[in-house]
Amino acid sequence: MKLVIAYIQPYKLKDVKQALYKAEVYKMSVTNALGCGEQKGYHESYRGVGIEVNLLKKVRLEIGVNEDFVEKTIDAVIEGAKTGQIGDGKIFVMDLPECIRIRTGEKGSKAIG
Amino acid sequence: MKDCRMKSLPVRTVLLFVAMFSIPAFAESGDGYNIADLKQGLDTVWVLLAAFLVFFMQAGFGMVEAGFIRAKNTCNILTKNFLDFCMASLGFFLIGYALMFGDGNGFWGTKGWCLLGLEQTVNGLPIYAFWLFQAAFCGAAATIVAGGMAERMKFPAYLVYSFLISAFIYPIVGHWIWGGGWLSNMGFADFAGSTVVHTVGGCAALVGTSMLKPREGKYAIDGKPNVIAGHNIPLASLGVFILWFGWFGFNAGSTLSVGNGSLIGRVAINTNLAAALGGIAAVVTVWKRFGKPDLSMAMNGALAGLVAITAPCAFVEPWAALLIGASAGILVVLGVELLDKLQIDDPVGAVPVHGICGIWGTFCVGIFGRKALGLANNGFIYGGNPMQIGIQIVGSVSTVVFIVVTMGIVFKLIDLTIGLRVSREEELRGLDIGEHGMESYGGFQIFSTI
Repeated sequence: MKLVIAYIQPYKLKDVKQALYKAEVYKMSVTNALGCGEQKGYHESYRGVGIEVNLLKKVRLEIGVNEDFVEKTIDAVIEGAKTGQIGDGKIFVMDLPECIRIRTGEKGSKAIG
Repeated sequence: MKDCRMKSLPVRTVLLFVAMFSIPAFAESGDGYNIADLKQGLDTVWVLLAAFLVFFMQAGFGMVEAGFIRAKNTCNILTKNFLDFCMASLGFFLIGYALMFGDGNGFWGTKGWCLLGLEQTVNGLPIYAFWLFQAAFCGAAATIVAGGMAERMKFPAYLVYSFLISAFIYPIVGHWIWGGGWLSNMGFADFAGSTVVHTVGGCAALVGTSMLKPREGKYAIDGKPNVIAGHNIPLASLGVFILWFGWFGFNAGSTLSVGNGSLIGRVAINTNLAAALGGIAAVVTVWKRFGKPDLSMAMNGALAGLVAITAPCAFVEPWAALLIGASAGILVVLGVELLDKLQIDDPVGAVPVHGICGIWGTFCVGIFGRKALGLANNGFIYGGNPMQIGIQIVGSVSTVVFIVVTMGIVFKLIDLTIGLRVSREEELRGLDIGEHGMESYGGFQIFSTI
């Protein structure tokens, strides 16, 4: 089992959700996040004075999947989130030692569902 | 006890002064005060007070529209609301007033550009006071459209549109109805602007919002509407209260004089009753249809009642105002549903409130109006005379056709030159950052994920 964590542009969430749905990945957790990478922030101005905004608004997706779904999930996230510009985000894939469904007590691959 | 005496002293002094000076002043009319001057002064104060109230409605429109859209576009909609009044003031000064009230033919006026070369008094009012009152109306017509086209229209496009509507399109319709044009000669009656202001604004919003196409994500592939919830209901409620408050100036000020007060009184009570019944009818309708008393719909209902009573407010009895308001409240709910069925995305309900109920209010003059209250003919329910309702239909239909054609051309030209709609990416990110580089709620974490 793997845990796929992706940081994406907030406005691409809709596209990513659609792409995941097409790839038959129906589960995810979404949290708001602040972060920066190569994009280095953007420029806002307030009453004529410029402001550099360093930490950018991002959305963090967490998706627990079985091995055979890892590639599909990654491809779907890329399909939805990619614009080709700096700031599109990153995907991290980690091993997931255990998963338990609270309602039934099922464990492992079954619990991921 | 001490407090009481301290308060009463200035009051008594004032009364004494009034007694000493006012009576001789009225008696000696040659002494600088005469009744005609006092009448004009009183009327001017009344109309200017009303103009200030109508100006304040701009704040109401701003708050309603801001509350009904998402946080990421709030700065954008408020900038539009703010600048369209600035644009309307300029356009209506340079060109609009001459087209609307200048002497000319039955379709437009041709005298009085920049208010030059006009009589100093018009309708018994100083021209500048009359201009300000009319300019505030012009701004209201322009700002209605911002709500219908919210969350996706380019800012420069909006600036150009708002100048064009207030300098040319609104004044031409205004001339037909209030400037001595062909509709007013026919006996068409629109006391305070259900047609001139609201049908114009509402139809322009309909043309604009259909040309813009729906917001990203508003309709699913199967055509079902998705909810894009407004971000601040308290702000929207404040806006509706401000609009209701301002509407007393809008309607009661349209008397243009104080007279003995009876007309103002009738207009004010009718205005209030229609708004109240609009709210009640809309909330009952939405409660019955969808199971919950939806506040946003109740507020739309009150505005619908206000729009509908605007044309007939001087010509009908209070019981008719109740019916007009209630019917408008039901119509607005059906109108919102109809637009969603047609997949016309109107984020704040500008088309049902101002367009549909503006037309309905105009018809109501022909149904409920009374000859005894100053109308050319009795309405349909008084003796079944269809004359007035026929005239009202002609006026309403020709206004709708004119607006659809001219605004269609205006928006098409803007689309071909500056472009009407922002890019999909900017829309998703929000127009606040995209158009203005500024957030509405700096320091708050607001994420734009829908």
